[in-house]
Amino acid sequence: MSVLSGILIDGFSYGMILFMIAVGLSVTMGLMRVINLAHGGFALLGGAFAHWLTSIASLNYALSVILSVLAVMLIAIAMERALYKKIYQFSELQQVLATIGIAFLMIASVNLFLGSTLLPIRAPAFFSTSIDLGFRSLPAHRLVVIIAGLVIAGGLYILLDRTRFGIQLRAAVDNRDMAASLGINTVKIYALTFSLGAGLAAFGGILGAELLPIEAYYPLRYMVLFLVVVAVGGMGSIAGSFFAAISLGIIDTAARYIVPDFGTVFFFIAMMIVLTLRPHGLLGRI
Amino acid sequence: MSTDAAKTLAVTPPRKRFRTRLLLDLVLIGIGSATFFLFPENLGFVTRVLIMIIFVLSLDLVIGYAGIATLGHAALFGSGAYAAGLFAVYISADPLIGLAIGIIAGAVIAFLSGLILLRAGGLTLLMLSIAIAQILQEIANKERPLTGGSDGLLGIDMDPIFGIFAFDFFGRTGFWYVFVILVMVFFLLKLVVASPFGLAARGIHESPARMRAIGTPVYWRLVGIYTLAGAIAGIAGALSAQVTELVSLEALGFTLSAEALIMLILGGTGRLYGAIFGTVIFMSVHHWAASIDPFNWLFVIGGLVLVVVYFVPEGLLGLPAKLRQWLRAGR
Repeated sequence: MSVLSGILIDGFSYGMILFMIAVGLSVTMGLMRVINLAHGGFALLGGAFAHWLTSIASLNYALSVILSVLAVMLIAIAMERALYKKIYQFSELQQVLATIGIAFLMIASVNLFLGSTLLPIRAPAFFSTSIDLGFRSLPAHRLVVIIAGLVIAGGLYILLDRTRFGIQLRAAVDNRDMAASLGINTVKIYALTFSLGAGLAAFGGILGAELLPIEAYYPLRYMVLFLVVVAVGGMGSIAGSFFAAISLGIIDTAARYIVPDFGTVFFFIAMMIVLTLRPHGLLGRI
Repeated sequence: MSTDAAKTLAVTPPRKRFRTRLLLDLVLIGIGSATFFLFPENLGFVTRVLIMIIFVLSLDLVIGYAGIATLGHAALFGSGAYAAGLFAVYISADPLIGLAIGIIAGAVIAFLSGLILLRAGGLTLLMLSIAIAQILQEIANKERPLTGGSDGLLGIDMDPIFGIFAFDFFGRTGFWYVFVILVMVFFLLKLVVASPFGLAARGIHESPARMRAIGTPVYWRLVGIYTLAGAIAGIAGALSAQVTELVSLEALGFTLSAEALIMLILGGTGRLYGAIFGTVIFMSVHHWAASIDPFNWLFVIGGLVLVVVYFVPEGLLGLPAKLRQWLRAGR
């Protein structure tokens, strides 16, 4: 019983991290049809900023997180305007290649300034205390991650379902040209969405640093993980990413608990089964 | 690109084209042999480049000719490498039998994974190909008693080729062994891409619907091409295991797949020469940048990749045609 609840809690919080990082990737893939292999780079940049702000500039944690996420969002807007806007027209393979190139440059930049060692983020002491929920106690960090993930999922739902921006974004995902000809400023939507996705990746990267440690090669090491979430959830589907991230997080954690010798194999087998049965993912529409 | 090819086909008489191509091939073989005498100190590196060319040629067959976008080609390289390496350690150290084992391993893995992969397309295929390579890597990692896990498979000690040519410390035998196999693979591929089988692959690349309409069993043609590419990637893997006498987990890694793709696009897809030039240039730049600055060479590689994708998307071999077009437009 305690093993089961342990698996569920760890898996759920792991899934939340995956969701926060991957949801931006899913939306950019669904909206701009770009296979962005550099997406994990935004999580790396967020983590690197947070490492620098907490350890070297010794700011407090919450302020560092906010500043890091904002910095990454600004960088993302600049990159969208300078690099990605051309990538939208590329063929699939060229997109893969161009974004790998961008990921390499991000890795090299972090490597240049902070080196290739692990970049720990000094978390507040509160994170390592344990909180009693009545039926069991769990580390505060897990609780923070789960709450943050749920808040973000809820916030995204409201943003997409209830606001003008959300309506325009959904229209653009469904049919870009039609949305543009109806007077929706798709260029602006693209840039804002890209930046929002990058910001979420940075936030997820910082919060998840305990599970997916930040270091220069982060984007390559975990890229496959994020892409799997998107592929299983279905490109462009936020609810899909949410369910995919949580189920994959729980499957992966369960496999680590029960058959530690074959860690990630089950993760990938689950993905292959889903994609063989549903080539466009759980909630993919295309 | 395809229309350009069609134009040259129409303009140049076939026999003349065949002769110039043959001449070019002989020049390439000459240059290849010359590297043996030009870089006696760096034969290890040169041999690695030759092995990589075989691997990228196999990738070109899959991506350039059949149009299958994959990011998991290392699965086939690694299967060949581990099969040949394990065979050498546990059964027999004869290089040619080991090579055959590598070929079979690459082909079998390609056939089995192809059955799943080739039903999908686009992003799904990319993801599945990555997943297959990762699963194989995980298995190799966990079967530590057999494969050595993350330490790599050690203890490969090859017998002499034909019982005569022993592998030496300087890599001279290794160089010629790999070079001869590369030339054989290259000419085999030239035959394949000009055969009805190769043309069918190209047709599927251009329009699967039309090929289906004229009666080509599209799925099975693709599985066939993928299996052949698996055999060739298996050769590359087996050679790498035998010559370097080590198989590490990187042989199944994502980085290898991605780098091979970069080399192919750099040279130009859909032409066998592109695989050769792209590999030579990429690996030389990589070698040079890493030896000058072992910490920041990734800047050079990343920059190179972006320059290629943004400015010469057809690859370096597409440059002459582009220049010609540009000159003609200028006139």
